[in-house]
Amino acid sequence: MSRARSATARAPWRTWAAAALLWAAVQAVAAPPQRIVSLVPGLTESVCALGACDRLVGTDRYSNWPAAVQALPKLGGLDDVPIERIAALKPDLVLAAPSTRAVPRLQALGLRVVVLHTRSHEDVQHNLQTLGQLLGDEAAARAAWAAIQAQMAQAAARVPAALRGRSVYFEVETSPYAAGPGSFIGQTLQRLGLVNIVPAALGPFPKLSPEFVVQAQPDIVMAETRNLQSMAGRPGWAALRALQRQQVCAFAAADYELLVRPGPRMGQAALQLAGCLAGLDKEAR
Amino acid sequence: MSADATARRRLQAGLALASAVLLAAGLAAGGEGWSPAALFQLLGSPDAALIVGQIRAPRTLGAWLTGALLGLAGALAQGLFRNPLADPFLLGSASGASLAVVAMLAAGALGGMEALPGLLPRIGLVGAAFVGALAGVLLTLLLARGAQHTLRLLLAGVVVGVVLSAFSDLLTIAVPEALRGRQAFMLGSTGTLGWDGCVMLALGLALLLPLAQKLSRVLDALVLGEDSARSLGLPLPALRLGLVVLLAAATGLAVSQAGLVAFVGLAAPHLVRRLAPGLHGHLLAASALAGGVLLLAADVVARTLTAPQELPVGLLTAVFGGAYLLWLLNRQQDR
Repeated sequence: MSRARSATARAPWRTWAAAALLWAAVQAVAAPPQRIVSLVPGLTESVCALGACDRLVGTDRYSNWPAAVQALPKLGGLDDVPIERIAALKPDLVLAAPSTRAVPRLQALGLRVVVLHTRSHEDVQHNLQTLGQLLGDEAAARAAWAAIQAQMAQAAARVPAALRGRSVYFEVETSPYAAGPGSFIGQTLQRLGLVNIVPAALGPFPKLSPEFVVQAQPDIVMAETRNLQSMAGRPGWAALRALQRQQVCAFAAADYELLVRPGPRMGQAALQLAGCLAGLDKEAR
Repeated sequence: MSADATARRRLQAGLALASAVLLAAGLAAGGEGWSPAALFQLLGSPDAALIVGQIRAPRTLGAWLTGALLGLAGALAQGLFRNPLADPFLLGSASGASLAVVAMLAAGALGGMEALPGLLPRIGLVGAAFVGALAGVLLTLLLARGAQHTLRLLLAGVVVGVVLSAFSDLLTIAVPEALRGRQAFMLGSTGTLGWDGCVMLALGLALLLPLAQKLSRVLDALVLGEDSARSLGLPLPALRLGLVVLLAAATGLAVSQAGLVAFVGLAAPHLVRRLAPGLHGHLLAASALAGGVLLLAADVVARTLTAPQELPVGLLTAVFGGAYLLWLLNRQQDR
């Protein structure tokens, strides 16, 4: 007792500093963040879906939904994260994708950085949960996920029975890169009853041999409109029966962007895919 | 005192002055654009310690230090290979460092380390880049069977560069998680330099520059040709290896901290030779100064040109440096 008192008497500031630090730490953990920077479009959308859009103070340059975020400061892309401008915004939470250079630097500056993946449905669910906990509104997170699930089910029900089990090629990039079954896009396609021509072992977004696609002869081809238009002109691709029979889903740039956003609008994306598939069935008849 | 000695002193004073001015400019060039007035306002605000002290100051100093290491490496390479077109990156050190970093990132991603990028050991990446740079240059030397034939050396450097880059590509296709790290690495940038990086760069420069100057007499002797150097009783193979290690160390350190910043190493020694020719003792130190000035100037421009966006400084030096190289080649043809 007397020892403890003398220690306190010797360095009272230490005790106070420790107490202050502890208090600050507890506050930092307990208080929901009020100034959020999101460096990933899907996470920006998730924050807004949880009703915390007004707490965002900046986003990456690709975040464009909902419209409210378009007026926020734009903080670069993946490779040119402006550290200084982010720090100047004094965020109490930074949401980021794994990045080898920016994330450690931001953390070294004392910012609270939460790194989240956006590859699969599970990632999106996990991100909503995490954000719900961080923002102190787990009910909203559960509701947002339930809404996605409801839209997915609705979309699946809308797909004509004749198309179930058909094979699909979803092109992400013309080299060609495809959306594999493990990606969030592939998972949605599977949910709609389609079979991916890409084996799961190749990973979420594999680069394919053009031959592979031609040999696989997908029943349905999906791509952004401008890529789909040039597809038949690629050597040998004119032989794709899906192209000959117009069993294709072409998406305008804005619609395509919705499809490749792993976030709260995944259900809406599924409905958009289902809408195209319903149209295909009519054409086939 | 000869005219050359006066020119040398003038150049050194000029570069030191330019360094001081640019360091100040670097502190004033912010994320929102260029403004000394804004700097004074900022210095008075409570944000000063964070924005200026923790972000702008280390990246500004880091840019200068990186440039100085590259200038030193360039002067070493040009002296060692007796070729005015030798650039530390033309000899495979950059692609070697890049491959090592990508391999490290890929290994980290496969090992599940990507979930914790904050714990990604920075020392490890620096070490990997260093070893990679050394391996790249040595591979080039091996393929060229030494440094006697400059043409063969440059060709070997090109081959090593292409092959090692191809391996990097292969790795990033196999492990896409490493792609972003590589991209950030290829677009040299000072944006993520902190005080810890500055300390490493400063220690590196403080260690490498005196060592290089100790070996500068070897470079002076090499100007006369290998045979003359050997006739002076110099143990050439050992000294040459020492110079290669210094070159790779300087390049690897710069590349590991700031990524691939092209052409500073090529341009700085030329600038010095043009303005104040002299022995290598002078050339090495002045090239380091000039490299620091060049990269810091480019960095200030890169930060302010498209503010509030920011160009990676490597792009800027590649464009300007590339133009300079073309002009240089043109001039040599005309002669």
